[in-house]
Amino acid sequence: MPTATTGAAGSPSGAGLQPTSARSLKGRSRPGETVIRGVLFVAAMISIVTTVGIVITLIRPSLDFFSEASFLQFLTGTEWAPRRGEFGALPLVKATFLITLISLVVAVPVGLGAAMYLSEYASPRIRKIFKPVLELLAGVPSVVYGFFALTVVTPWLLQDLLALEVGFTNALAAGLVLGVMIVPTVASLSEDAMSAVPLALRQGSLAMGANKMQTTLRVVFPAAISGIAAAIVLGLSRAVGETMIVTLAAGSLPNMSGDPRESMQAMTGYMATTAGGENPVGSLEYNTLFAIGLLLFAITLVINMISISLVRRFRQEY
Amino acid sequence: MASAAVATARETTVAIATGKTRDRSPGSLAFLIALWASLFFGVMVLLVLIVSTALDGAARMDGALFTNYLSSLQPETSGFRAGILGSMWLMLGTSLLAVPLGIASALYLEEFADRNRWYNRLIELNLQNLAAVPAVVYGLLAVAAMSVLGFSSSGIVLGGSIALALLILPVVIITTREAVRAVPREIRDGSLALGATVWQTTWRQTLPSAVPGIATGTILGLSRAIGEAAPLLLVGVAVGIRFDPNGFLSAFTALPMQIFNQTSRPQEELQTAAAAAIIVLLVMILGMNALAIFIRNKFQRSW
Repeated sequence: MPTATTGAAGSPSGAGLQPTSARSLKGRSRPGETVIRGVLFVAAMISIVTTVGIVITLIRPSLDFFSEASFLQFLTGTEWAPRRGEFGALPLVKATFLITLISLVVAVPVGLGAAMYLSEYASPRIRKIFKPVLELLAGVPSVVYGFFALTVVTPWLLQDLLALEVGFTNALAAGLVLGVMIVPTVASLSEDAMSAVPLALRQGSLAMGANKMQTTLRVVFPAAISGIAAAIVLGLSRAVGETMIVTLAAGSLPNMSGDPRESMQAMTGYMATTAGGENPVGSLEYNTLFAIGLLLFAITLVINMISISLVRRFRQEY
Repeated sequence: MASAAVATARETTVAIATGKTRDRSPGSLAFLIALWASLFFGVMVLLVLIVSTALDGAARMDGALFTNYLSSLQPETSGFRAGILGSMWLMLGTSLLAVPLGIASALYLEEFADRNRWYNRLIELNLQNLAAVPAVVYGLLAVAAMSVLGFSSSGIVLGGSIALALLILPVVIITTREAVRAVPREIRDGSLALGATVWQTTWRQTLPSAVPGIATGTILGLSRAIGEAAPLLLVGVAVGIRFDPNGFLSAFTALPMQIFNQTSRPQEELQTAAAAAIIVLLVMILGMNALAIFIRNKFQRSW
């Protein structure tokens, strides 16, 4: 840029006329640059505003709700029937965690198996083909998974093949399909963790005479354990917050049953069903949405924090 | 004896060098088969899902599916015209909101932010958290945002777009940051050395080099948004709309909402129509994913 050269050499505004290195490195202040930087900073602050917005949105109606219903009863009550004034959220929380547990029983072994294969055994070509396919599994909309649970998993797999006595909606089908949905989350993050294990550890193990299976299970897996744990925890948080599968496939009956063959309503399922109904804004029943939403947000927040701190630990190791 | 030892030693050397073993003990084989099975499990489920839905919906893959509105009175010619158009408006609104905001905040975090400042670290931590907030919660947030903006009804294209844009914003930011970070330091240094400012460098050098990565991430984010029904339910999007949306302030319905609603209906014909609509939705999503993968493979430079 010619202007820059003349500016530095002959401009009368250049104090003292000597181009000292400290001055030219600092540069003059540029108002345009500052404005752009400010605009970009505001855009980045949107994420903070979003979080604050979520908290305010959830807390204000929740406070209204808890001024009429007891907070203790909400956390410990075992009956959820807003029409009759019974506000014990435990049945919804129990259903959420039972369905999540079933989904982890599917997703953890399958996801880890796929991750071990992709990280330790697969050739680069196989990895290039199968990773996008696995990611597609995460791209299928949850309402489609819900339809799949209702039309294939319950009638065909559970009722015909396994001859279980399940109803049209049940927690088992919802959990199984939810598990399929979070397989890619578990698999891709665990694969990252295992790929990050230094080659020297594998070579050491092989040199001691261990075979590939022993190396994978006893050296690579333990070395990557905190990353794998973070992957599982992140999958767990996805499962807890997933809505459409549990709304369609798990049913809308809040109960305390621990039997996965029964129909039950999860937290997100309640929110979806109630939001679809015609409750006037500000009514007690409408405010339950926010109380349950706040509980859900708090649960996923705690789970995410655990996951983030696990990832930090695993990044520090190598 | 000696030759056996030599052979074993050679095998071990080969194993260390190439990572391949010729170990074929039953235990190892069973382990390998189990790993294969878990990789194929996902592929199989995807196939079964697509094939069974396609068989269910094949009878209704006709023109009426695209040109008619929903109708429970004439279930055999019920269509998803309003939902398909609504989803397209929704995608337009969502990308107009999420893409500029996402790119701007990613550029701030990568090119301008001082990582030692507490508020910049707070933004990073917060982003990781937002990425895992349940989708339903974004629906509640969009309702509140719409009432702050002064709209009495949030079931319009703008309300849905706000919910989905906030939902995919963390994805857009995270993928944009990765794309920007992949641009080598030398390109920035060269530009700065020629006298360009940080913003000129970002706008004319870094950003153009990162466009393929940003496009891939954005399309993947949008393909997640188009299938999302949960936040729209909370926003109060109607289902039985019988007109085409004509702007961002128009009432609308979306394809996943209609699929959700029709799936829970008892009539056989509506279930069939829902299956056909799922195929339409999956084709849209697979098309977007294919486009993203195409852009990634075709344009992405490795430095």
